[in-house]
Amino acid sequence: MMICSCAPRSLLLAGAFFGAFTLGAAAQQPANPPTAPAPAAAPALPPGSPLIGRPAGNEAAAKLAPVAPPPIAAAPDKVPVAKLKVPPGFNIEVYAAGMANARSLAEGNKGTVFVGSRLVGNVYAVSNKDGKRSVKTIASGLHRPNGIAFKNGTLYIAELSKVSKVDKIEDNLDSPKLTMIYDDLPKDEAHGWKFIAIGPDNKLYVPVGQPGNNVLHGDAHGQIRRMNLDGSGAEVIARGVRQTVGFDWHPETKQLYFTDNGRDWMSEDVPEDELNRITQVGEHFGAPFCLQGNIVDPEFGWGKSCSDYTAPVGLLGPHSAALGMRFYTGNMFPKAYKNAIIAARHGSWNRTKKVGGDVVLIKLNKDGTMKSMEPFITGFLENNSYIGRPVDVMQMKDGSLLVSDDYNGAVYRVTYGKPKVAAK
Amino acid sequence: MIKIIAALALAVTASSATAETIEQRIAPCLACHGEKGQSETESTPSLGAQPAPYTLIQLFMFREKLRASEPMNEIAKALTDDDLRTFSDFIAKLPKPPPPADAGDPVRMQRGDALARQHRCDACHNPDFSGKDNVPRIANQREDYLARTLSEYKDNSRQGYDGSMADVMAQVTAEQIADLAYFLARVR
Repeated sequence: MMICSCAPRSLLLAGAFFGAFTLGAAAQQPANPPTAPAPAAAPALPPGSPLIGRPAGNEAAAKLAPVAPPPIAAAPDKVPVAKLKVPPGFNIEVYAAGMANARSLAEGNKGTVFVGSRLVGNVYAVSNKDGKRSVKTIASGLHRPNGIAFKNGTLYIAELSKVSKVDKIEDNLDSPKLTMIYDDLPKDEAHGWKFIAIGPDNKLYVPVGQPGNNVLHGDAHGQIRRMNLDGSGAEVIARGVRQTVGFDWHPETKQLYFTDNGRDWMSEDVPEDELNRITQVGEHFGAPFCLQGNIVDPEFGWGKSCSDYTAPVGLLGPHSAALGMRFYTGNMFPKAYKNAIIAARHGSWNRTKKVGGDVVLIKLNKDGTMKSMEPFITGFLENNSYIGRPVDVMQMKDGSLLVSDDYNGAVYRVTYGKPKVAAK
Repeated sequence: MIKIIAALALAVTASSATAETIEQRIAPCLACHGEKGQSETESTPSLGAQPAPYTLIQLFMFREKLRASEPMNEIAKALTDDDLRTFSDFIAKLPKPPPPADAGDPVRMQRGDALARQHRCDACHNPDFSGKDNVPRIANQREDYLARTLSEYKDNSRQGYDGSMADVMAQVTAEQIADLAYFLARVR
C-alpha cells in the first residue's frame, strides 16, 4: 500500500491509498428486512463502557481505515479506463482528466461540464469545442466545494457551510465572480460537504449531514432543505438523513429519491446504505435511531421503533457509499434503462471485503420501490483495493453518461452503440 | 521571523533548478522538526517514519493553503508536485521518534490506552500507532502537538484533508484529549 514509496509508479497512484473518509457505512444485504437484529455491538457491556461499539479482540477490524484519494490527479495516460467494464454494446472513454479529486457534475447550457471537488478546493470546467475538450480550474481555495448545480446560465456551488452562485458562468470562465446566496449552515467538518441539485419545482436542494458517524444532534443537522434560487425561503423537507451525496427526481412522479450512507462500525454486513424517496414534506428517515428501515440502533434505538420512521425503498449494500444517482431519461441507451436509476457506489472502507466501487443500474417497481440492482460499470475494485472510485453520474444532452472518479481526478463518458468520439 | 521563513522557503525550493541534493534541501526543515526524526521544538511535530502519503497530503495542503500554518504555507508555496513526492519519501525514511525515557504515570497511561481503543484510534493508525498510508504515525509524537491537533480537529479549526478526524473527535472531551496525548506521546 504505498504510494510514494514506489518511485516510478508513483504518478499513477500518487496517493492511491489515501483514505478518504467516511462516506460509506452501512451494512449488507439483509434482504430479509424486518428481523435483522443488530449483531455485533450489542450491549453485553455495562452502560457507558468505553468498549461499547468496539469489535472485541478483532484484528480484522483493526485494519480498516478510510481510503483517501490522492491530492494530485493521475496523468491522463494513467487513468485506468481500460480496466473498467461496461455491459455489451456500451463504450467507456476518458472524457477529461487532470482534475484532482473530481466529484459532482453539472452540465451548462452551452455544453460546459462543471466538476466540483471535496478535498482540494477546486471547481473545474471542461469546455468542449469541436470535439476538443479542455479543462480549466475556474475556482480554487474554496472549502470543500463538492456541490455543483446549473440552471439558466447560473452555476451554483455548495461549499461546506455556504452556497454561492455565478451568473452567466459560461461567458465568464476566466474570472467567475461568486456571490454568496445562503450560509445559514453548520460548519462541522464531519459530513459537512454537500451534494446539491435544483428540482422540478425550481428550488435548490441542500442537505446537511449528521456531524459524526453515529451521533445525536440538534435541529440543524441530518436533513435536506430546499430554498429559492436566491437562497431565500429555506425549509427542511426531510429529517433523519445521515449523509446524502446524491439525489434526483423521478421523471414521472417528480418524487425526490436520494441515497443515504449508513453508519460505520456496527458490523460488516449491516446497516446497508439506503435508497430513499420523499413522498411528503417533513418525513423522518430514521437515522440515528432506526437504520435501513428495520434495525434499531444499538446505541440510540432504545425506546424507538422503526415503524415511526420512513423506511428506504431499497438497500444499496453495506458500507458501499452509494453517492451520486440520476434517473436516466435519454434515448441513447436501450429501453430498459429508461427512467431507471444509475448510481455510483464509491466503495466501502469499513468492511474487510470491500463492497461497491462500481456504478449500478437500479430498476424500480410500479409502486416506486426498488426492484433490482445490477452492475453497470465495474473494475474500479481490484484485489480488494481501489484503482478508481466513482462519485457522481450525469446524463448529457445527447443521452451519454458522465461518471466522475475522485481517485484519479477524471471523468469518464459512457455511450451506447458504435464507438464514436465525444461529439458536439 | 518573516525573514527567516522567507529564507527557509528559498532554501527549500531553490533547488529543483540547481543540483542540490534532497539532504541539502531538507536541512532547513529538519532544523525545526529534528534531524533524526524527533522534534525538540515546541509545538512542532516529529516527522520520523511518517508515512509518505500522509506527508505528501500535508505538504500539498500547506502549498494550497488548505491547512493554515504561517511558516509552512510560505515554505511550501513553490514546491512542485515532484518536490512533494521527494520530500515525503525522504521523510518516511527518517528514524521514528523513540519513546521518552519516562514511562509515564501508569494510571494515566491505562486511561489513555482505553480511550485510544474506545475511539478506535488503533483501527486507522495501527495497533502500535505507527500509521499507514494517509493516516499519520502518532506513536511518540510530541505531546503538545498531539493535544493541540486533537483540539483543533474537535473544534474544526484544523479542517483535515477529509472529515475523518472531526468525525472521531465529536465524541472526545477536552480531558480525554489530554489523556490521549499523554498516552500516545509515551506509548511503547
